[in-house]
Amino acid sequence: MGILDKFKQGLSKTKQLLNTDIRDLFKDEGRLVDEAFLDELFETLVKTDMGVQAAQETVDDIRTGFRARVVRMEDVLQRIKEKLKSLLAQPAAPIDFAESGPTVIMVAGVNGCGKTTSIAKLGQMFISDGKKVVLGAADTFRAAAVEQLTIWADRLQTPIVTGPRGSDPASVAHRTVARALETGADVCIVDTAGRLQTQQGLMQQLTKIHRVLGKQVPDAPHEVLLVLDATTGQNGISQARHFTDAVQCTGIILAKLDGTAKGGVVVAIRQQVGLPVKYIGVGEKAEDLALFEPVSFVDALFEDLGKSL
Amino acid sequence: MFESLSQNLSSAIKSLRGRGRLTEANMREGLGLVRQALLEADVSFSVAKDFMARLTEQAIGERVLKSLDPSEQLVGIVHQELINLMGPVDHSLHLRGDLPVLMLCGLQGSGKTTTCGKLGRLVHGRGRKPMLVAADLQRPAAIDQLQVLGEQLGLPVYVETAATDPVKVCQAAVRAAKASEADLLILDTAGRLHVDRELMDQLSKIDDRMQPDQVYLVVDAMTGQDAVNSAKAFNEALELDGVIMTKLDGDARGGAALSVKAVTGVPIKFVGTGEHLDALEEFHPDRMAGRILGMGDVLSLVEQAQQKFDQEEMAKQQQRLSKGEFTLDDFKKMLGQTKKLGPLNKIMGMIPGMSGLNEMIGQVDAEKDMRRLVGVIDSMTPEERRNPSKVIDQSRRRRIAAGAGVQPHEVNELVKQFDGIADVMKRMSGMGIRDRMKTVQQLGQGGMLNPGARFAKQKKGTGKRLTPTERAQQKKLRKRELRRKKRETRTKGDK
Repeated sequence: MGILDKFKQGLSKTKQLLNTDIRDLFKDEGRLVDEAFLDELFETLVKTDMGVQAAQETVDDIRTGFRARVVRMEDVLQRIKEKLKSLLAQPAAPIDFAESGPTVIMVAGVNGCGKTTSIAKLGQMFISDGKKVVLGAADTFRAAAVEQLTIWADRLQTPIVTGPRGSDPASVAHRTVARALETGADVCIVDTAGRLQTQQGLMQQLTKIHRVLGKQVPDAPHEVLLVLDATTGQNGISQARHFTDAVQCTGIILAKLDGTAKGGVVVAIRQQVGLPVKYIGVGEKAEDLALFEPVSFVDALFEDLGKSL
Repeated sequence: MFESLSQNLSSAIKSLRGRGRLTEANMREGLGLVRQALLEADVSFSVAKDFMARLTEQAIGERVLKSLDPSEQLVGIVHQELINLMGPVDHSLHLRGDLPVLMLCGLQGSGKTTTCGKLGRLVHGRGRKPMLVAADLQRPAAIDQLQVLGEQLGLPVYVETAATDPVKVCQAAVRAAKASEADLLILDTAGRLHVDRELMDQLSKIDDRMQPDQVYLVVDAMTGQDAVNSAKAFNEALELDGVIMTKLDGDARGGAALSVKAVTGVPIKFVGTGEHLDALEEFHPDRMAGRILGMGDVLSLVEQAQQKFDQEEMAKQQQRLSKGEFTLDDFKKMLGQTKKLGPLNKIMGMIPGMSGLNEMIGQVDAEKDMRRLVGVIDSMTPEERRNPSKVIDQSRRRRIAAGAGVQPHEVNELVKQFDGIADVMKRMSGMGIRDRMKTVQQLGQGGMLNPGARFAKQKKGTGKRLTPTERAQQKKLRKRELRRKKRETRTKGDK
């Protein structure tokens, strides 16, 4: 080895040293936070569906906080998680029950996101809490949607109000509330037909159902829950926005969270629309509905992050 | 369809436009925006990464940077790469043997049952006699749903109400189909998560026993990054032959549509574009790439027009037009025909250069406007319809407005609009389809600058601009002519 090469080798060590933050000089494990590290972090964040914007902000935050330092993954993760947890924090009681009379809950969402199943699960939950429930099958459009909810009502042994296929869904909604008042039910849950948020006519119909629900019970509907498929990507933001514009949603049921999808789009929704998640669906059975817990949700969001980095 | 991706991409490209020569740094900046557009559209991260690598390699090259219009070159490259990403597609269903079998599978709520009905309608339209098989025993009332669809379409549905084993249902369906005159089976399987071992095994078992000719995965177009995970898992379990992408009629960003082929190697064959049972279209990567880049999709539009327009009626109108006749009655028929193509904004998006117009008319309910116009025309007498601008005076206008329930000035607007359109129609009657599109495009662009005027009457050029000397000569000629006439009348009067 020539003298020059030796010199070079020595210098490269200095170079490494110069690039290292003084706080990390004596650490013997961890990784240098450089562009490659940040790129990988960005990739993992994007893969949770939390959105490019939120991912970029997080990466920028890490860049300013940890740049050129040698870090342990846990420290970085901890910082991201803390931020998200405080963003997603919400009051514990998910449903705002009416002080007197029936609590009216309206459920809406796009086609095939899991509305009817979620309603069955909600019904099951209220029934096991000792409440009297009435279901309203106001999805009069899709073939056999009424039958689907009727089968669930039979399984739960709870009354259901239906209308013939193609009839006005608002009238079914009206009769459901009337039935709840008559029978002194505690909770009345109204199903609606799935619709894409861009179909203006159908969204107006939804607004009408919302209006009709408030005719007999003041302040009704007390809750308007948007069912969101956990596999949905950034389109979820548009769904949340349009449905909230039409019927003032109060919360989200994040369905189908038992697959590999992480449902990270609710982070972006919370950021941009402000809609909180109330429940998560984790299976096909009636009892597969759980309260949304920001802490465990965020932990699950980054479950495999530690492994990949 | 794909509006936001389309918008973001065009703004990325626009940022490079009009800069003349580009440096590598400029180009990289623009490419960064392209990457962001892709990721925001839910394109799978790894797919977007590879896509950008290929794109960058070409875009940074000398050939593009030194070219006269680098941004145009970039559009061309993106277009080609998008086509490569989504294609090639073979649309044939590969129906072989006496009783070919098509099988649909997918996650819950992706739209399998509805697609089953749509696919049945499609093959029925091609002269097949399909039988739908309700093999979804999981979801309550899935069987009823398929039965209702079968009734609507007039197609037989094989149903076993109390069954628990979908494999047996499928096998029994084969026997039933052979006994009847059905010559094609479409299996609607239950929705399942790709991580559900038990149900995935069940699916492989159906695949094993039935040996379907084609297996299609039904994917919701709104799916995010997870789309590739589930598609991969289904493809490993079943060896898919194609993907059917559903719910593309919303404002889905289409990332799933762009990623699925790249990850699984399985192309999208069909796309669902509406809730009605005829809303299933063949998927053409080249046309879709064009639509994404705002280049329009005239081919699909023409195809649809050929399918849905009443050909006889069109021929009749064509004949009248070539004679220079175009009345409000024809206009009404034209409106009716256009309606058959679907929502107006969908049509606009398919005409090159018109996608921007969509945004402008976004809030205007075009359908409602069209109904109003028809209402006004219906309130006119035949004479008024033939010759609106000459016959309709104030009192007639008031009568028509009262009859149609509109304000009198709206009648006036219609007449003015009609004048403009009639003019265009007469000019277009002699043109081929390409020139016609061009005219419509020009109209649209005119409208964009001046939305209030809508179809204003176009000024016709003389085709030539005269020099001052020529003008003076013409003036001289005219004067001479005038004098000659005067002289003649005078001499006539003398006699």
